[in-house]
Amino acid sequence: MKALCWYGKHQVRVEEVPDPRVLNPRDAIIRVTRTAVCGSDLHLYDGFIPTMEPGDILGHEFMGVVEEVGGEVKKLKPGDRVVVPFAIACGHCFYCQRELWSLCDNSNPNAWLAEKFYGHAGAGLFGYSHMMGGYAGGQAQYARVPFADVGPVKVPEALTDEQVLFLSDIFPTGYMAAENCNIQPGDTVAIWGCGPVGQFAIRSAYLLGADRVIAIDRFSERLELARAGRAEVINYAEVDDLVEMLKQLTGGRGPDACIDAVGMEAHGTSIGFLYDELKNRMMLETDRPNVFRQAIQACRKGGTVSIPGVYGGLLDKIPLGAAFAKGLTLKMGQTHMQRYMRPLLERIQRGEIDPAFLITHRYSLEDAPQAYDTFRDKEDRCIKVVLDPWTRAKAA
Amino acid sequence: MENRTAEILYHRRGPQERGANVPLGSLANWLSALGGGGLALYGLRRRSLPGAALAATGGYLAYYGVLGLTGREQHMPWPVEIQRAFTINRPVEDCYRYWRDLENLPSFMRHLESVRVLDQRQSHWVARGPLGLRVEWDAEITSEAENERLAWRSLAGSMIENRGEVSFRAAPAGRGTEVQVRLEYRPPAGKPGRALAMFLGEEPEQQVREDLRHFKQIMEAGEIPTIQGQPSGRRGARGNLLQLLFHEQEKARRAG
Repeated sequence: MKALCWYGKHQVRVEEVPDPRVLNPRDAIIRVTRTAVCGSDLHLYDGFIPTMEPGDILGHEFMGVVEEVGGEVKKLKPGDRVVVPFAIACGHCFYCQRELWSLCDNSNPNAWLAEKFYGHAGAGLFGYSHMMGGYAGGQAQYARVPFADVGPVKVPEALTDEQVLFLSDIFPTGYMAAENCNIQPGDTVAIWGCGPVGQFAIRSAYLLGADRVIAIDRFSERLELARAGRAEVINYAEVDDLVEMLKQLTGGRGPDACIDAVGMEAHGTSIGFLYDELKNRMMLETDRPNVFRQAIQACRKGGTVSIPGVYGGLLDKIPLGAAFAKGLTLKMGQTHMQRYMRPLLERIQRGEIDPAFLITHRYSLEDAPQAYDTFRDKEDRCIKVVLDPWTRAKAA
Repeated sequence: MENRTAEILYHRRGPQERGANVPLGSLANWLSALGGGGLALYGLRRRSLPGAALAATGGYLAYYGVLGLTGREQHMPWPVEIQRAFTINRPVEDCYRYWRDLENLPSFMRHLESVRVLDQRQSHWVARGPLGLRVEWDAEITSEAENERLAWRSLAGSMIENRGEVSFRAAPAGRGTEVQVRLEYRPPAGKPGRALAMFLGEEPEQQVREDLRHFKQIMEAGEIPTIQGQPSGRRGARGNLLQLLFHEQEKARRAG
């Protein structure tokens, strides 16, 4: 089958590789019909993520049709159309039973490696580093899905692939980011980052009852899309003091909750960003937490900073003093996918939201290397890229 | 109330004793000293990163070989003792029952090829050691308390002397079972054997931890998560080296 394989910084190639097969009795094999490229794939593409191996198959946002199931799979059968969550969960450990699905104890075959970095290991992820399990991903024609009774969600025929694909990651991620804000009536939520996760966070914040959403970015097409989601937008490149502006926009209080939907590869115009960029290049800092700092500074006293991420390593010069003095709540983590997929599918079915609004570019899987460049450089007003593993290349 | 925090999870080395198999020890020490020295020279001559790794390994082996030959090995800590604990989201009875049927042990102790129960107390164990060597020994159960504790030891004359103890205790507030394992063993071929084993990714502490993790995965999830046998692009030399580093080739070898 064809699959997109990682070979180093800025090197991905579509290769012919063996088809996946059932390895454990709870596996299912999916024929992938649509798959997307995620902002966190760009961290892999930009070489930020350790424990990758040349030849790794990427992709954690995918859906398709069940082709084959292992002997212990009870809820799926060949022919079922499903969306697959990016995090893998067993369903029976302490964490799964408490709906902390992305913290599953039993789905990471390289748990020992994550424990070396983090002390404890969370769930295995598709198409990511070996610290996260090293599972082959879904930017391919077929994918092997472990614990198939726990993760994949069946989707109705009436909805197209494009309408449900984002249940695999970014819609639940944006929604959980908003839910973590503990939104109360009258609240203003400030969201840094109008990429795909930020766009879903904007709409989710309103679904959860926010009074106002203020969205921050610098790309006009992303700000426009945020406005289409009823957010008030700020282009931070045109603002001297973003934190002060947020204060003035909220009657001097500051936003009640701040969402950092940018993560480790933040950009900015402030001295904080320059500091991170320089330290990155000298390999003295693993992440660029420019946005995280701003979110802490801007948040009102007693408010919440919600971090869908992604951060990976050790962050410099974090104003924890400000966070402490203001009594902030920090909520973060990988999305607990299995908690959100079905409720959000119901919202789509009821017509409350059509996630396909986000898609700006459609490529064949064979053109994925170009797709990655377009997405990373935000060329051609690119916001979200969807790949079809079964069409031929169009690019010259 | 038993003190849960003391002694848990500290890797302690037992009192030093000379190994029983003196002649084998000498031969291993000679091989280690000479072979390690040769490997070091070879590695240094290659003038590359892999060469440096070989040189470092060779140096390590040579060092311990020389220590053994000069009799200074008797000052090294000996035997190896490991303790590890895991909490399993199943009742104590289920965990004990699965472990007590010793023939289940290879399902989560991946270095074991088979355990054959001979009678109420005796059993025959077959293991795969480093470099694919097969090691066999007989063992007996020395004490057992149903749903609480099980202890066993290898019989005299075994290739690898070892003894172990596993205890089961209910975790607080219905969180399942706290399983604690303590293992002591004398590695074959003394310190050099252990050094080589560590380099090849068979570090004993890690092995015990992974065995317990596999036990938890079987009891909770019904299976051990794996990526062995999944597709990938061509790995190349660097990819294969990383597979070795992440112990993924080891597992492939054991599973195959």
